[in-house]
Amino acid sequence: MASTVAARAPATIHTSFLLLLVILLSCDLFDRIIASSGEAREEEFTEELLLKPLPDKKILAHFHFQSTVPPSDSIGHHHHLFPKAIAQLVKKFHIRELELSFTQGRWNYESWGGSDPMSNINAKPPGVEMWAVFDLPVNDIDESWKGLTHALSGIFCSSLNFLESSTAYSAPHWGLRTNSSSMRYGALPREAVCTENLTPWLKLLPCRDKAGLASLLDRPSIYKGYYHSQRLQLFSSAASGIILDQTLTVVLQPNVQRNGMPNSYDRFLQPNWSIMSMFKKKVTGQCALARASSIFIELEDGLATELEKLGAGESWNNLAFDLSVAPDRVIKEHNSVEGKSSSILYEFKVVKYSKYEPLDVGIKWKLPLLWSCPEAPFHARRFLMGSGNERGSIAISLQPTQSCDQFLSDSHKCTVRAVIFQVAPWYVKVYYHTLQIFIDGRSVPVADVVEKISVSPSEDKVSPGSLQMMLRFPCDMNSAALAMDFDKGFLHIDEYPPDANQGFDIPSAVVSFPDFYSSRSYLEDNCLKQSPLLLKLQKRTALQSYTEVLLVPLTTPDFSMPYNVITFTCTVLALYFGSLLNALRRRIGEEEQLLKSKDSKRVGLIPRLLSKLKGRTLESHQSSSGSSASSKPRPKWLFKVIFVALIAVLWHYYSNID
Amino acid sequence: MPAEKDEAKEPRARPRLIVLIASFLVSHSTLFSVVCCIAGLIALLLLPVLAKSTYISENALMPGSANPVFSGQDVSEASRLVKDITETQKMGKMTGIEIQRLIIQRMADVGAEVYHHKFHSQSNQFHPFRFFSCDSNSAVTESNSNTSYGLNTVGIIRAPRGDGKEAIVLVTPYNSEYVKLNDALSLGLGFSIFSHLGRVSWLAKDILWLAADSRYGEYSSVSAWLKDYHNPVFFSSENVDANVTHDKDFLNMQNKNMLNGRNVDVFKRAGTMAAALVFKVGEVMERDPRDILTIYAEASNGQMPNLDLINVVHYLAVHRQGFRVNIGKLASLVNSAWLNLVGQILEWLGKLAKNLNPKWNFGISSADYAEGAATVASSMYHQALGVPTGSHGAFRDYQVDAITFSFSPRFYLNNENMQSSFILRGGRLIEGVIRSVNNLLEKFHQSFFLYMMTAPNKFVSVGVYMIGFALLALPLPVVAASLFLNHKATGFTGTEEAKIAFGSWKWLYAAKTVLMIDLWAMFASLMPYFISQIPNITSTESTFLWVALSVTILAVLYVILGSPPYSHSGNVEWQTLKAVMIASVTIGLGLMSIINFATAQIGALLIVPMCLVVRPLKKHIQGALILRALSLVCNLVMVVIGFPPAALLLMKGFSKGFEGVGIGAVWEVAEFLWAWNSATYLYVFLVHLPCWVLCIHILLHP
Repeated sequence: MASTVAARAPATIHTSFLLLLVILLSCDLFDRIIASSGEAREEEFTEELLLKPLPDKKILAHFHFQSTVPPSDSIGHHHHLFPKAIAQLVKKFHIRELELSFTQGRWNYESWGGSDPMSNINAKPPGVEMWAVFDLPVNDIDESWKGLTHALSGIFCSSLNFLESSTAYSAPHWGLRTNSSSMRYGALPREAVCTENLTPWLKLLPCRDKAGLASLLDRPSIYKGYYHSQRLQLFSSAASGIILDQTLTVVLQPNVQRNGMPNSYDRFLQPNWSIMSMFKKKVTGQCALARASSIFIELEDGLATELEKLGAGESWNNLAFDLSVAPDRVIKEHNSVEGKSSSILYEFKVVKYSKYEPLDVGIKWKLPLLWSCPEAPFHARRFLMGSGNERGSIAISLQPTQSCDQFLSDSHKCTVRAVIFQVAPWYVKVYYHTLQIFIDGRSVPVADVVEKISVSPSEDKVSPGSLQMMLRFPCDMNSAALAMDFDKGFLHIDEYPPDANQGFDIPSAVVSFPDFYSSRSYLEDNCLKQSPLLLKLQKRTALQSYTEVLLVPLTTPDFSMPYNVITFTCTVLALYFGSLLNALRRRIGEEEQLLKSKDSKRVGLIPRLLSKLKGRTLESHQSSSGSSASSKPRPKWLFKVIFVALIAVLWHYYSNID
Repeated sequence: MPAEKDEAKEPRARPRLIVLIASFLVSHSTLFSVVCCIAGLIALLLLPVLAKSTYISENALMPGSANPVFSGQDVSEASRLVKDITETQKMGKMTGIEIQRLIIQRMADVGAEVYHHKFHSQSNQFHPFRFFSCDSNSAVTESNSNTSYGLNTVGIIRAPRGDGKEAIVLVTPYNSEYVKLNDALSLGLGFSIFSHLGRVSWLAKDILWLAADSRYGEYSSVSAWLKDYHNPVFFSSENVDANVTHDKDFLNMQNKNMLNGRNVDVFKRAGTMAAALVFKVGEVMERDPRDILTIYAEASNGQMPNLDLINVVHYLAVHRQGFRVNIGKLASLVNSAWLNLVGQILEWLGKLAKNLNPKWNFGISSADYAEGAATVASSMYHQALGVPTGSHGAFRDYQVDAITFSFSPRFYLNNENMQSSFILRGGRLIEGVIRSVNNLLEKFHQSFFLYMMTAPNKFVSVGVYMIGFALLALPLPVVAASLFLNHKATGFTGTEEAKIAFGSWKWLYAAKTVLMIDLWAMFASLMPYFISQIPNITSTESTFLWVALSVTILAVLYVILGSPPYSHSGNVEWQTLKAVMIASVTIGLGLMSIINFATAQIGALLIVPMCLVVRPLKKHIQGALILRALSLVCNLVMVVIGFPPAALLLMKGFSKGFEGVGIGAVWEVAEFLWAWNSATYLYVFLVHLPCWVLCIHILLHP
């Protein structure tokens, strides 16, 4: 538009410049007006932080940064806020969806929750997990995946490129939450997560960690936590452009100043904390480029119920606790279930604070409160059975939790579905036909329980084995267990990773429950739509949990062995070739003639020695006492040897005496 | 090749060197075997001299590089628990699980995941053989109504930032029926370490603490837990529940199995075990300047934990916490005259060598020698027995490196101050060991697995101690070959074909006899299982019954299969038999040396001389009277010592006096070996006993 205006007035340079300037300015203004009127036709960035006290006296901090860009044909190739690297990635590899998570530590499903949206969405397995859905024909996907892993490995300074190998990733169709035939899934459980992965992740933010909420990310504090999960999520479509969600979930233990002996009252009291005490920094205003920036403190429904029992109400300044700063807004969950309190959100707008008036929100507890988190309906555990380097079994056990009853209205005659997705590397050769299912200690025919199953067996050095299985259990069961046998394979010596003696990992299995959903529902409010974090929480998602990573000890060669083998083989080869050449070179007929002519005067040293020994011992054998008789050449020899030895010994002795 | 043709060929072709050497050895087999046997004995006696100092092979362990932070606060936790336990004890009214409840409450307060583990007590009985296997199906069938239950208490600390793939196991055995002060102290020590580890930030592996209820034995509780950890039986749960309802205590438990809203009966796991430490506070050892730490390492069938684990404990105990480390030794050997004599000779030789060249520094003092010999003998004995020396043996069955160490304080620990300083040092030691193991990136693999200890900081590796065995076993094939060739060379008349036919048939007769005796030995070895089914029978009666049955079966086998006809050329007959016997013994010893080296070594000491000297009593050696008498005496002595029960009784008699030794001891030892799945039992009955019977057979040869 600007260019057309400029072309219309070429006559005088002076006026055209002025005009251009004016028009450009007006364009900018115009765009802003459009943006404020709700039509998201511009790149946007929002930053949010959610803090939540956990029942075991830890604090969950969840940073959520969202960058969006409208479709590229409407905005061109230049980006103001959106990271160009990601946009190029999406374009080049035709990504429709992508999720990449770097996690250290394990999510504690028992005490941090498993069925609320926060834990359901953000709990990830240790190490790296990555999946992507491509907008490509099936044949081109693998190529694109390989390129993508390499590109991401470069961007995030990690060994994601190990996912390139076809032995490392699989193609689930329906085992995961997102179902698509053009999906690829891979996990690296051993990947260590450190600041070198965080720095490139921060580079994708428009303000880096120089301003806004990201400036709270004090490295020593966030890496000291019990759980650290850094995530990148990408949605791209022709209609809405690209949405990039970057989240960082950490579970921290606030410092407790214990004065004196802990009494029982102190022991149950939640620790007091503030942003300053956890991150060693205060919030000094928002990132200037952010459209919205807010901090939430969430009190989950268990805690809210306890508060209600105390009659504390939902004010920020009550019997049980004090918030150090007055919240800008209190959002209450709209709960349909009667008799249960709903979770409370306190919102703080960062825009009101600045360097001179920093925000340092915190909680001070006055009364000890005990509550339990919303657990998932089933606890999924996975473990190895058996010992030794030959074979073993993988077992997955599902144990209903107490919250199971809440999910199930009528616990009789109903059934629960569970979907298990598990990938095992090829050297763990799972025999899927040995699948056994036990419910309440009784073996159950597989056909009775399994509703749907798809197995792709592993192929040696080509592809991992993957299992997707939908099970249907009776609701009132007390325990369920699945067991599958496997054989341990052998690797070629150069396929062993460093530190091979540690064992080999089987990545976490994903267990999801399509009958159960997690979602928060807040009263419809226009402002809520502004917050991507709250929108995420309101989304209905099926419950899903990750099991433990398993460590399988495999037979490991002694890696110094190749050296031994080389020396041995060389010796054997030398002997072989030596004797072969000897045999080829010799002419036996000639030798015999030679022997005849030479009259066996010149005999080799060893035969001579041997004949001597032989003569001697034969003689000694004949004379039964053995030592008395002596032949003529022997004493000479013996005397010589003994004489030399004696001289050597004496010389040594005298030389050492000085 | 026939001799006439050979001579006719002029000049004869030179035979290959290796053939020459072999034929030379075979022709001088007597001298060779005597020299080898003596050299083998000397090599065994030299083991304490050849021992090397231990060193920490795995760099990642870094023992003692961090200062221990186990503090007085943790000690006070321990004292508090000890006090609570003794008070609970005093209150009387023990329902059997008070202590377990107390412990589990404390562990839950620390923030750990906790659970109770119920297990059957397994009485040590003859059961069908389960050698070298830990199969999961065997436990299902146990449904005795009179089985009693034990209750282990387990706590798990999840490493804060760990991935939960590996775990370190701590075990404190205690008798829950009556908790003595030292049991209470070991529980206190265990708990204080556990609660300390619940607060530290450096953990990379999860920590499991098993307070093992050892009222039915330390080993059975730990092995039951390990079995449920590694090989859970999914369909036995209702079986257990059905039995539980009989038990009053456990009915109580069922009502109160919730703690802080969590079910504490659910078995929880924590990944692959990296190492296990079993520790307990033992009896007071007075009159010692320092507190003593005794290390037990031998697991079933002579398996040892990685040497690095012992090294780490030893290093930290001696150089950081000032304990004196002890390793089991045969006390009677330390003061024995002949050992000291050998020691003095070696000392003198060492001095002489040092005079000749100061660099030749292999002499050790005779006291050191006696000490080392006693330790290595005990090490060898425990390995050879094939029975674990503590509950760490249960871990080795699952390829987990584990040791037991027991603290023996020098004072009675009634005094609070003594108690706390003792717990402080013990706690720091265990913290240091855990820290080292926690550092490990890989499992223990760097250091030795095959070794014998001659002192807490000295060891003999497999490369050294197998020399003695190799020297002892080397004459066997040579002598067998020489006997076989001898019989081929002598006493043949007739045509070529007849000779060959006759020779091969002879050999087969001998083999048949050997196989028959082996078959008999197999019957004899399986018999205890059937005898044990007879109710109300004393061990002496069992022994006699066993012997009587064995002899009957032997007689029956003789009748059925027929003893080989003693032919006209009797001389050849027994020599062939001896050759085949020696060949079979060689195979047996070779196999056993792979399974349990120490057994093979001790077995070789007994069996090799017996095999080599045995000859019929009626066939005299040509030679002097002395030689004949010597041969006779040797034969008789060897045959007496070579008989396993006789050897056992003699050994018992020498170590404990002959008064208390009865024939029943044989039965008891057999039962003991069987119950512990010791491969030594198989060796004794499938290799040693048939060899002895064959020796008798040869001895009585007409």
